[in-house]
Amino acid sequence: MSDVLSCPVTGASGPLPEYPLPRAAECPLAPAPATQELRAENPITRVRIWNGSTPWLVTRHADQRALLPDPRVSDDDLDPGFPYVNAHRAEIAPVTPRLITNTDAPEHTRLRRTVNGPFVVKRIEKMREPVQKIVDELVDRMLDGPNPVDLLQAFALPVPSLVIAELLGVPYADHDFFQRSSSLVLDGAAPPEEARRAGGELAAYLDELLKRKTADPGEDVLSEMAGRVRAGEMAHTEAVHMGVAMLIAGHETTATMISLGTIALLQHPDQLALLRGSDDPKLIANAVDEVLRYLSIVQTGVRRVAKDDIEIGDVVIRKGDGIIFDLHAANWDPEVFPEAERLDLTRPARIHQAFGYGPHQCLGQNLARLELQVVYGTLYRRIPTLRLAVPVEELEFDHTGTTYGVHGLPVAW
Amino acid sequence: MRVELDVPKCVASGQCVMAAPDVFDQRDDDGVAILLEETPGEDLLDDVREAVSVCPAAAIRLVER
Repeated sequence: MSDVLSCPVTGASGPLPEYPLPRAAECPLAPAPATQELRAENPITRVRIWNGSTPWLVTRHADQRALLPDPRVSDDDLDPGFPYVNAHRAEIAPVTPRLITNTDAPEHTRLRRTVNGPFVVKRIEKMREPVQKIVDELVDRMLDGPNPVDLLQAFALPVPSLVIAELLGVPYADHDFFQRSSSLVLDGAAPPEEARRAGGELAAYLDELLKRKTADPGEDVLSEMAGRVRAGEMAHTEAVHMGVAMLIAGHETTATMISLGTIALLQHPDQLALLRGSDDPKLIANAVDEVLRYLSIVQTGVRRVAKDDIEIGDVVIRKGDGIIFDLHAANWDPEVFPEAERLDLTRPARIHQAFGYGPHQCLGQNLARLELQVVYGTLYRRIPTLRLAVPVEELEFDHTGTTYGVHGLPVAW
Repeated sequence: MRVELDVPKCVASGQCVMAAPDVFDQRDDDGVAILLEETPGEDLLDDVREAVSVCPAAAIRLVER
């Protein structure tokens, strides 16, 4: 078991660090050591990214909270100073329609309000029972199946795809198809040919389903979007696009919070025992936020561009400068989270920025919280002897995706 | 205390409803926040403070008297 207290917190040597910064192999769940050093000594500083440009890196919790809601801090990825995550994102920016992910207020506010309905807190809360049923059935299947098993394939990936199927209104009989194709689309290890075919099948399926919901609406999100299409507020293709986007945005992220969350909890047996022994919804809810804080799985940072000069601390960010916000560094900021390297399910964790901060904060966060509350409150209770089937050192972590993750998680019980 | 909600800034994340359900609600269709109680009692102060701190749009202000 790795001792988090011995994880390094330095490494930002050289004049200009290359971002993203590497994690320490011996501490696979901790932030990159160099971001921790920068936060302490150089909290707003230039870094170099893949295209040679040198945006600012912001690592302190307080600075991120000050800057992210600031109207001068823009999500406009057509601005030449925008610090793109990679070459692909730079290439597609000019041909991408204006969405909630690349606009500022007031356009962003208007767009976000048209897609937000399904994520209203009270509506999400109604999903608790169906989500519990999905999780219980998957645990049943796991207990009836082979032991050891890959938790990712048997549980972590199916949970979010079945939940999104439920939310969209995919009939139960099609859940297996939906889950299989969405896993293929999102599985980085699947052959590209197969992933493309699955993606095409999925879009065609949603297109067809939307037509059926237009003729015979139900109580689900696709029916609601069909209504918006009929009312002329949304194009048919936009609705299909939104369905696919919801699937993609909520799938790998939630699966990763289940797989890495399980590793983190198994590494902290006292905390796992606390969680397993409690049926207090408040404790479980806080546990989810603490694990979100601890893991902060978005590993490429939140990217923005300055639309005006911004003075902050002893730094002036100039108009046109790129800005990157490292969420993991902020969520391990000792000013806000003392002994941040300790997973402590009882600490006040709610103020973490794992879903980002500012007007672009994750649209699906309330659904994600609910799914994780049900999963964390069920999995370890129903399989109390759950353990990793291989040492952590043998796991293969994904260091290249937008979100951190693990390729396969063999578990036994 | 008095609570102020800047509706045009609201991005409908619902974080205020989770933090202080006695003080905030959301519109059904788009989730924009609704202020239920402009002058909530002292017993709700902690909830409202949390709502202020978790609002991603910084759209809530607490004026303590």
